[in-house]
Formats: sequence, C-alpha cells, structure tokens
Amino acid sequence: MDESLYLAAFIAVSAVATFLTRATPFLFLSRHSNHPFILHLGRYLPAAVMCLLVVIFLLRSAQWQAPLFGADAVLPSALVILLQLWRHNALLSIVAGTLTYMGIQQI
Amino acid sequence: MTALSIFRLTLPVLFGYVPLGMAFGVLFTSQLDYSWWVAPVMGIVIFAGAGQILAVSLLAAKAELMAVFIAMLALNSRHVFYGLSLLGHFSGAGWRKLYLVFGLTDETYSLLTSRHRSSDREEEQRTDALITLFNQAYWVLGCGLGAWLGSTVKFDSTGIEFALVALFLVLAIEQYRAIRRQLPFWVGAAGAGLAVTLLPQAHQLIGAILVATLALLINYRLTTTRRLETGDRPHG
Repeated sequence: MDESLYLAAFIAVSAVATFLTRATPFLFLSRHSNHPFILHLGRYLPAAVMCLLVVIFLLRSAQWQAPLFGADAVLPSALVILLQLWRHNALLSIVAGTLTYMGIQQI
Repeated sequence: MTALSIFRLTLPVLFGYVPLGMAFGVLFTSQLDYSWWVAPVMGIVIFAGAGQILAVSLLAAKAELMAVFIAMLALNSRHVFYGLSLLGHFSGAGWRKLYLVFGLTDETYSLLTSRHRSSDREEEQRTDALITLFNQAYWVLGCGLGAWLGSTVKFDSTGIEFALVALFLVLAIEQYRAIRRQLPFWVGAAGAGLAVTLLPQAHQLIGAILVATLALLINYRLTTTRRLETGDRPHG
C-alpha cells in the first residue's frame, strides 16, 4: 500500500476505533449497562490489557542476554513503579523512568 | 461560565496535556519519517493520549489495519464505561453531543463529572463542550510543539520509546488501586506470555488480548455458576 495512503487509513481507523469506544454507552449500553458480564469486563479487562501491554513492550525493550539480563529496562521500570506509588504523579514517573532508560541505552 | 473561568477550571489539564502531547510529538518525529504536522493532525482527529502513543509503535511496525483497530478498541475500552455516568448530562445536547462524546478523554471525563452544575441544562452542555474544546486545544498544542521541536532540534532520542512502557506501568498501577484484585493482572501477564511464546511479533498484541478476554469470560462463568450453586451473593 502507498505510504501516505497507509498513514491516512491508519489515522482514520484509529479515530473511528477511539470514537466507537467513547460512543458505545450512548449507542447501546444505556439499556444493557447492568448486564453482569459487561460490568465484569468493564471492571477487569482494562487492568488485564494494561498488564499485557507492559509485559509485551517490556520484553521488547530490554537486553535479556548476559551481561545485562534485562536490567537495562527492569531498573527504569522499578523506578517508575516506586515513584508512582510514592508521589502519584503520572508525568513525573513517566519522565523520570524514560530519562533513566535513555541514559542507560545511550552509555 | 465565562471563557476565563473555563480556562481556570481546565488549567490542570493544560499542565498535563502540553508536556504529554510534547512527549508524543517528540516520539512521533524521532521514531517515524512522516512530516511533523501529522502529529497535531492526529491530536485533532483521534484525541487520545495512550492511543496516540501506542499508534507510534504500531505505525513503526507497519501493523495491519485490523490489528490497529482491535488494539485501539482494547486500549480505549475503559472509555466505554465513562459514558455511562454522563448519559443524563449529555441527553438532548443535539449536535454538541457528537463532539462531547468524541472528546471524552480521561481528563475531560474527570472534569465533567466533578464540576458543579446548575439546572440550566443547555447552558451546562455549552460549558461541557467548551471545556472539551479547551482541553483538546492544549493537547493539539502539545502534539504540534513536540513534533516541531523534535524535527528541528537534533538530539539523541535513543530509548525515548520507553515512555510507552512507563505509561502502561502507571496505568496498570492506577488500575490496581481502583480494583484491588490480582486476578486480571495474572490474566494479562499470562496472555502476554503465551502470545509472545507462540506468535510472531505482529500478532502478539491481538493474541494476548483475545486470550485475556477469553480467560475473563471463563472466570465470569465460573464465578456465576458457583454463585448459583451455593446461592451466594455476589461480592466485590
């Protein structure tokens, strides 16, 4: 597929998917919002998705062979977790973790 | 509400969105070869923080459009449940409703659900739409500024893509704080582990999401059957 056509289609697809998630309750959930399975998914699916995203992208960002054994990504991740638990400031945790990771990768 | 008081109300979002939008913009220009102005255009038509950051890695991986669609739906699935508490406030908003629904980000949601409301519904809906518009303006500004800086100022951005991992870690911690249950995290981790072991890189995300959804369905089935058998009340 042509490069700029792919980009345009990509943006359109992302925009439609994002809008659909926001419009869903207004379109049909107003009547089924109390179905226990919807509530179950609504409660637990976001947590599962966040966790699987962390695992997938963390596995791709580290060097798992000797001598690092993943420490190049695991240490910044630990920093993010500690900062988030301590200060509850998402931006601070993200920026500090990312700068640490960048520092390690650029040595 | 006057424009000034709306500006004051949305000020915390300004401080959050401009740096986060800039992070997205820098990420966009450092990872991809597209023109810098595509980043603010994405801020205009998509308007999703985590979604747009994920979009960068999907674009870099040249992901199939179907995978993009499913990944975006899954990542934004929390938004499905935002609208439920705003059904009443938005009803009868006419053409404004489209924009209100489109702009229902985490931050807009928290502002709209926590602010004081008068009985003049139409006036309040106008205010809701303006709050959404102000928030989106900050976001687009951040995206544009970051992308422009990233494309003009040359610096070593190796490793900046870790912002994505950090963002998901933060969101996962916040999720745990909200639900206080470990099961969904084990479900997510197991789904990811399975997908990474069995599938090629391009299909791992969808694979993991499908496994996790299936596991939650089984978990739901098991807990409801147990409840029916024991006549137990649902708890937690």
